[in-house]
Amino acid sequence: MSDITIKIKDREGEVHEVQAPTDMAMNLMEVVRSYELAPEGTIGVCGGMAMCASCQCYVTSDHKLPEMSYDEDLMLAEAFNVKDNSRLGCQIPMTFDLDGLEVELAPEV
Amino acid sequence: MIQTDILIIGAGPTGLFTVFEAGLLKLKCHLIDALPQPGGQCAEIYPKKPIYDIPGFPEVLAGDLVDNLMKQIEAFEPGFTLGERAETIEKQEDDSFIVTTNKGTKHQAKVVAIAGGLGSFEPRKPQLQNIESFEDKGVEYIIRDPEIYRGKRVAIAGGGDSALDWSIFLADVADEVTLIHRRNEFRGALDSVEKVEELKKLGKINLITPAEVKELHGNGKLESISIKQEEDIINLELDHFIPLFGLSPKLGPIANWGLEIEKNAIKVDNTLDYQTNIPGIYAIGDVNTYPGKLKLILCGFHEATLMCQSAYKRIFPDKKYVMKYTTVSGVDGFDGSRKEAEKAVVKSIN
Ligand SMILES: Cc1cc2nc3c(=O)[nH]c(=O)nc-3n(C[C@H](O)[C@H](O)[C@H](O)COP(=O)(O)OP(=O)(O)OC[C@H]3O[C@@H](n4cnc5c(N)ncnc54)[C@H](O)[C@@H]3O)c2cc1C
Ligand code: FES
Repeated sequence: MSDITIKIKDREGEVHEVQAPTDMAMNLMEVVRSYELAPEGTIGVCGGMAMCASCQCYVTSDHKLPEMSYDEDLMLAEAFNVKDNSRLGCQIPMTFDLDGLEVELAPEV
Repeated sequence: MIQTDILIIGAGPTGLFTVFEAGLLKLKCHLIDALPQPGGQCAEIYPKKPIYDIPGFPEVLAGDLVDNLMKQIEAFEPGFTLGERAETIEKQEDDSFIVTTNKGTKHQAKVVAIAGGLGSFEPRKPQLQNIESFEDKGVEYIIRDPEIYRGKRVAIAGGGDSALDWSIFLADVADEVTLIHRRNEFRGALDSVEKVEELKKLGKINLITPAEVKELHGNGKLESISIKQEEDIINLELDHFIPLFGLSPKLGPIANWGLEIEKNAIKVDNTLDYQTNIPGIYAIGDVNTYPGKLKLILCGFHEATLMCQSAYKRIFPDKKYVMKYTTVSGVDGFDGSRKEAEKAVVKSIN
């Protein structure tokens, strides 16, 4: 099996435990969309190019995440409701070492 | 009152191509868009990025695709109501519809085609106390008419392409341009960043980074802003403050038009003509949903083409028509222009 388990708290506060494939080149934003955990059009507006911040989430487990790219860092600098643990979901690819990851979707703006 | 055959809500690629397909059927179109420019997502989100899956174009920049669509439909003389959001729709006794925008502009048509994409692009507003009370009194989120800034003192906030490009443009128009950004680095295209740097050296752009606007002041209209730069508070007197933090699409008023909505999109009859549950109102492109729907430009083009055939039958129920190839019949513009294939040269060989 190439799936990992992640816990996603949606914008209404409900927690969903979902299986995410690691072999489909999917990122966290796409996982959220594939499980329809946020209404269409409110997440992934820029398609995952770190250009809109609609996929912002707060990482609440202490997994080691891929380092933030320049683009992600600068987009977050312009986003709203940013916290120290903010990341852009579209910039987090699903990999084995993220098994057990816990995140919370940032509010819609 | 603006009158037309097909009223198109949304001037993205789908809405624009509808004008062409309607034009071939001699139907006139008028488009409404909340944005000040046509092109929808292609123009607003990724104009400088390439698209690889437009049939016949191995690679095309999204902005160039929009320019080409505008060129392709020019001869059909579409009307545009830009910078206004379609707000309400009323069905008339003669089966036509009247659509009114947030600015009160009225449009009447027998057929309404909603090509609204992910929704009307609404600005992301910075969370500043009292910002709403200064809207259109010195605070603007979208630049509709750059001329209003002539000779004025303007501050722009943001770090992407639009903040950079407008700062560059306004440096020649406004009396004073200040660009404020939370970081020293910008996200925009390299040549725009370099141009801003050059204008800063020439004293034409006042760059304040890393900094953030904290307060707005004024009496009835905006007079100054407070900017926090590291530990300092700068008070800047100005006439206009333009926060450019991007736009996010909202389905908005269309959701209350009595149309069947599913997953933030409008349900349509995909087996026939992309008509909604209200006869005469169609939904095409990213805004619609049906089993197997894909939000792709090429799908929007296909939907627009089928929709126009159905619209023709609604507008001219008794008129006969058969689909013609453009190569065979040419394209007759409403502006009197005609495009046609060159006639084969008939010459005898002795
Ligand atoms: C970064 C990115 C990359 C993409 N790459 C590709 C790709 O490679 N290939 C591909 O096929 N597709 C791609 N897409 C998707 C493609 O851009 C969309 O499918 C396409 O733009 C949809 O066109 P549309 O005309 O249906 O809607 P849109 O382009 O969304 O245009 C809709 C317009 O309607 C307006 N509107 C909505 N409601 C109202 C209202 N009430 N009043 C007034 N105006 C209103 C909006 O302001 C908007 O301008 C990409 C999208 C993004 C964001
Ligand atoms: S989807 Fe736009 S920044 Fe992630």
